[in-house]
Amino acid sequence: MTTSVSHAPPKRGGAKRVLPGFRLTLGYTLMYLAVIVLIPLSALLFKTSTLSWDQFWNAVTAPRVLASYRLTFGASLIAALVNVVFGLLVAWVLVRYTFPFKKIVDALVDLPFALPTAVAGISLTALLAGNGWVGQYLEAWGLPVAFKPAGVVIALIFIGLPFVVRTVQPVLEDAEKELEEAATCLGATRLQTFVRVILPSIAPALLTGFAMAFARAIGEYGSVIFIAGNMPMISEITPLIIIGKLEQYDYAGATAVAVVMLVISFVLLLVINALQAWQRRHTGAPA
Amino acid sequence: MSARKPISRVKAGTTEAVWVKWSLIGLALVFMTLFLFLPLAAVFTEAFRKGLGPFVEALKEPDAWSAIRLTLLTAAVAVPLNLVFGIAAAWSIAKFEFPGKSFLTTLVDLPFSVSPVVAGLIYVLMFGAQGWFGPWLQAHDIKIIFAVPGIVLATVFVTFPFIARELIPLMQAQGSDEEQAAIVLGATGWQTFWLVTLPKIKWGLIYGVILCNARAMGEFGAVSVVSGHIRGQTNTIPLHVEILYNEYQSVAAFAVATLLALLALVTLLIKSVVEWRHEKEMREAEAQPPEAPVTAPAVAPATSTVQASQGAIA
Repeated sequence: MTTSVSHAPPKRGGAKRVLPGFRLTLGYTLMYLAVIVLIPLSALLFKTSTLSWDQFWNAVTAPRVLASYRLTFGASLIAALVNVVFGLLVAWVLVRYTFPFKKIVDALVDLPFALPTAVAGISLTALLAGNGWVGQYLEAWGLPVAFKPAGVVIALIFIGLPFVVRTVQPVLEDAEKELEEAATCLGATRLQTFVRVILPSIAPALLTGFAMAFARAIGEYGSVIFIAGNMPMISEITPLIIIGKLEQYDYAGATAVAVVMLVISFVLLLVINALQAWQRRHTGAPA
Repeated sequence: MSARKPISRVKAGTTEAVWVKWSLIGLALVFMTLFLFLPLAAVFTEAFRKGLGPFVEALKEPDAWSAIRLTLLTAAVAVPLNLVFGIAAAWSIAKFEFPGKSFLTTLVDLPFSVSPVVAGLIYVLMFGAQGWFGPWLQAHDIKIIFAVPGIVLATVFVTFPFIARELIPLMQAQGSDEEQAAIVLGATGWQTFWLVTLPKIKWGLIYGVILCNARAMGEFGAVSVVSGHIRGQTNTIPLHVEILYNEYQSVAAFAVATLLALLALVTLLIKSVVEWRHEKEMREAEAQPPEAPVTAPAVAPATSTVQASQGAIA
């Protein structure tokens, strides 16, 4: 994006800047960002700074909170891994094959973005509970899912799927068939071509999708709480710990746990940005 | 025969055997059915489990109506606010160079990665009874937390990046040559925006607005923290669904949830139509003869637009 115009000084007197509205739009952007996002987030950090280190440490390492980290991170990791496998499968099928109702299937991939999380939560619970369409078979096989940690994983798979599909899909669409043809001509089997040629070219996109699904899963609340059962130490996710502390007016404790989550999500955001930059370099796509 | 063999081998080498192809399609469809289609279908079957009567009954309840009104009001405030922000942010980031630009773009994305519960909490810490502005607000008898303004603020936060995220890569890919030409030819800034920029970004804009709207109407976690769950006053549709569900009024909960499921379906429909229209325009632009120099620059941006919009949703 470095154009010759970009060397113009950012201050006044840049006669080369033809387009108007820079000060207005940037000023408004910064002000709105500060009022809606930055100042409220700094309230969180400010509130934390009123805690002593011991108070903070005790709040974020209480056994019940530690158990919630294990569940949140473990379930998010499993769900994101499942999404990598099935997200790649769905993206592959949508890009490479034609089959009946493909457009509808393609549109349905975005359902988790469009369906409110609370609705997803109660609906998955109804499906997977002992008397539900799917749950009755799972119980018969001795694999109850609802109101168990496994239910959390199911909800997080639902939430994360489109992230992987929608990051991998455009990369697969742009993949050069010539490379695959060359591999075949040189004697590679189809599986070898997939593992050695196709997979490396979509690896950055796959990893980005994984990180996005994982980041979303960690903060997810609405779809999980209905199906989780919310038993302390067993099926209680970290966002629910924050809600629980708030309901007991333990603002300091809620804030401390929230800061931990905020730091983690910020780190993940930076990782995702770095991954996307890598992906752009990898594919050589502009911007 | 022997001359044709390499060609057919190459063809076989870039497609899978038929049984592999159909097993992959089958597996993908089974997965999609279990994880996406069944949950959607379950909303409607659960809602009509006891027939049409209880369904209509649940929607006629005054509490349901006040939840619908509040949800519409919230979206009516949050979406335009984020629309104006999205356009301003995209204009400044895509059309100009300045230090700290990539950091600013990262900050715009920040609300996406913050847990909804944390998003609600930060407003409680600002405006709640024990928050920064709590005492002042109480002295002036202004309620923000456990009231409508808090719900709107939390919704604005969680839907903050949607439109900006859509427009920034789109406008970056399109460049600013056409805008510069318009200015040089004597157009004012507003004329340039309305007549040159807006037609180029309209699909991305619609796309961002409907996604922003869907999230604004469906947000649960952040709103649940700031709402206080006062029936008939601070309940949005998703919160009303939760209350009914927790009171074991399953049919009523799902009946109200069908409204949100319909919203999701309409959102997906509009989104797909926008994408198809866009692809059609792209193909038409590519098919255009090169002697039409006015539309020629549109070809390159259009190709990257679909990528950009698909990348941005993810």
